[in-house]
Amino acid sequence: MRTTTQLELALSLVALVFVPILAPAQQMESHVGKLTGNSNAGADLYYRYCWGCHGARGNGDGENAPWVQPTPRNFVAATYKCRSTPTGTLPTDEDLYNSLGRGFITTNMPSWITLTDQNRADLVAFIKTFSPRWKTEKPGDSIAVPPEPALTLASIQHGKELFQKLECWKCHGPEGRGDGPSASTLTDSNDQPIKPYNFYTGYRFKCGTSNSDLYKIFMSGLDGTPMPSFADVVKPEEAWDLVHYLRTLQIWHKSPELTLWESTPQGAEIVKAEKVRNTYTGNPIHP
Amino acid sequence: MYLLCPAAGKSRLTRPATALLYSCFLLTITLFNCHPTSAIPAFARKYGMPCSACHEAWPKLSPFGQQFKDNGYQMGNDRDAPIFQNPAYWPIALRITPNWHLETFNNAVVDGTGGPNSAVENYKTQGFDYTGMDILTAGTLAKDFSFLLVPSSDETGAFHFESVNLRFSNILNSSWFNIKVGKFELDNLQSEKRIMTLSSNGGFYQNYHFQPLVQPGVPEASYTFGIGDNQIGIEWMGHSKNDRTRVSASLLNGTDGNPDFITGNGGAAGRAYSGFFAASQAFEIGNLGLQRVGGFAYIGQTPTFSRFTNTGPDGVPVPIPGTGIGNQLYYRLGLIGMWYVKKFDLTTMYFYGHDSAYLGTNTPANQPLPPGAHAPSWNGGLFEAHYTFNPQMIFINRYELIRMSQQAFSSNPGDTGDVDALTFGFRYYPFMNSRAGFAFHNEYSIVWQRNIFISPVTGFPAGITSSSLMFGLDFAF
Repeated sequence: MRTTTQLELALSLVALVFVPILAPAQQMESHVGKLTGNSNAGADLYYRYCWGCHGARGNGDGENAPWVQPTPRNFVAATYKCRSTPTGTLPTDEDLYNSLGRGFITTNMPSWITLTDQNRADLVAFIKTFSPRWKTEKPGDSIAVPPEPALTLASIQHGKELFQKLECWKCHGPEGRGDGPSASTLTDSNDQPIKPYNFYTGYRFKCGTSNSDLYKIFMSGLDGTPMPSFADVVKPEEAWDLVHYLRTLQIWHKSPELTLWESTPQGAEIVKAEKVRNTYTGNPIHP
Repeated sequence: MYLLCPAAGKSRLTRPATALLYSCFLLTITLFNCHPTSAIPAFARKYGMPCSACHEAWPKLSPFGQQFKDNGYQMGNDRDAPIFQNPAYWPIALRITPNWHLETFNNAVVDGTGGPNSAVENYKTQGFDYTGMDILTAGTLAKDFSFLLVPSSDETGAFHFESVNLRFSNILNSSWFNIKVGKFELDNLQSEKRIMTLSSNGGFYQNYHFQPLVQPGVPEASYTFGIGDNQIGIEWMGHSKNDRTRVSASLLNGTDGNPDFITGNGGAAGRAYSGFFAASQAFEIGNLGLQRVGGFAYIGQTPTFSRFTNTGPDGVPVPIPGTGIGNQLYYRLGLIGMWYVKKFDLTTMYFYGHDSAYLGTNTPANQPLPPGAHAPSWNGGLFEAHYTFNPQMIFINRYELIRMSQQAFSSNPGDTGDVDALTFGFRYYPFMNSRAGFAFHNEYSIVWQRNIFISPVTGFPAGITSSSLMFGLDFAF
């Protein structure tokens, strides 16, 4: 009897040690258009390109993480900023795929557009193996982006009012320079200080460059940051008005919105004053 | 001048000239054994990325690393300018390789019982050694202003500047408008500065440096040129955002990268410009990887005599640099394909070279060509395969061949100067991080050169076979 117990104990210990090793790694696929990503292929790529920052286990604790600000994404938490899906939900495979291709400005995450399409799809599949959320939850449904309405002065003016009403200025500052009264107190989900977007110097956004990308940022929010989703408080046409107004804050980046805004006496005066106020060199040294 | 003496209807190299030829040969392989520009851990430290991000296995660039280079050493995240770096950060890295190597020479001319350079023997040399050292400084001065400065030494510690250039990137916010000025590597897809093999025989591409012989034992002395050598000039380069399409054009001094308008061989002083043009297109084939095809052309001219000289106290007239005239044409054309099947890749290259008859026969352009002179031309090929088992282990195999299609003199044996070169080895990187790089380097290389000298024993043209076996500890930090 004693021998049997010892044998069982020994076998249990062996199983305890080796079963996790021998057990097949969690397999994942990604689907982006006609591409099907494979997590096994993605693993090779991850341990070539990504582990230095995101860590061998994907929890953002790579050997360089202490020197990287903002801190690298924690794939185990599976909280993602750039999504086309509602706040709190998982992003679509295409969201992750696009993020890899775009990179994130003002961070250490570069664009990986030089990788093949298949490589990026494989990486997306592998990234999903780090979090159990991908097994228990499905990505949210993509937010519908209605056609952009015609650009009018009224739209810009209304957007300006919304900027005040929704208190965007508290973080982003009255002129969108990221210097609002709350800016210095903001932290992300890792309790790390985070700076609001500076429209004055920035010409690209973390989650894209187009007006529809900006629209999606309002409606989906940037999970893991203080930027909330406005989907419940802003109507689609109002979100477009905000987009039109925010473009006028990017006074060094030519856009139809800025051109229209500068054609008005009020807009021209504001833009001129903003340009005079700061000796901006075209080199965005402030995030 | 090279000394010729008639014998049995052939021109033969005299013994001192034979010794000179061998000295040049040995000097050449010694110089090529210096490390080229390569992996730059300073970039890894700056961006916190492992070597494997930019290098399939350093120093060979990955597509991501190539784009980083093409973008002016920038990631494009508005974090590239040095203002974002810790002030203590210095963009400097060093690379050197202690090693043990065995060199074998077959058919080497040596002193014999018949006097100096009267015998032909086989001999070997071996022992512990070290390569030259590169000090790699590179990075950005500001957004879209980048630099590369590489003071480089040979193994004796004698320094020269391997690279000195400044690059203005993304002019007018266009990735198609980048200008580089200074001394830089030509836009070679098969970069000799990132060659995976390091030995005396395998540490350079034969096709990149080949120049035809005038006759067996008589090297072409009109000019010195290597498409793998860094050149001085100005380069325009453009590329698509994802780097799939790349084009470049350069205007270069015809001095083979030497400063002060002096040609590489110290002959007619340089006063000529050359052009280099390269274009390539990458495309995806399923999940095999990124394939690339391209072509390049170097169209050069070089003076064949000096208009002005001044005579020194020793009575020898010395060309005044920059006053050479009688320019003659030479060119190199090539096609390249880089083929990937997942972890296996094969680079194929076709090479065509042509020198004017004046250059090919060492004849100043103000003198008539000797009888039987031709413009030499040749074809070359390169096949280099890698199996990248993982970022820490790569196997390398390369075969090069050069075949003369037209000799400088019709009396030359048809295969005079032909070359075959075989190199294989592997590199193992025991660790991979963003601070430094280290590789166990293992390589064997053998080169066959045909009819490159007149044997003092037989009186007939003969070839040389040389080989290198190398075990190195290649490190950069």
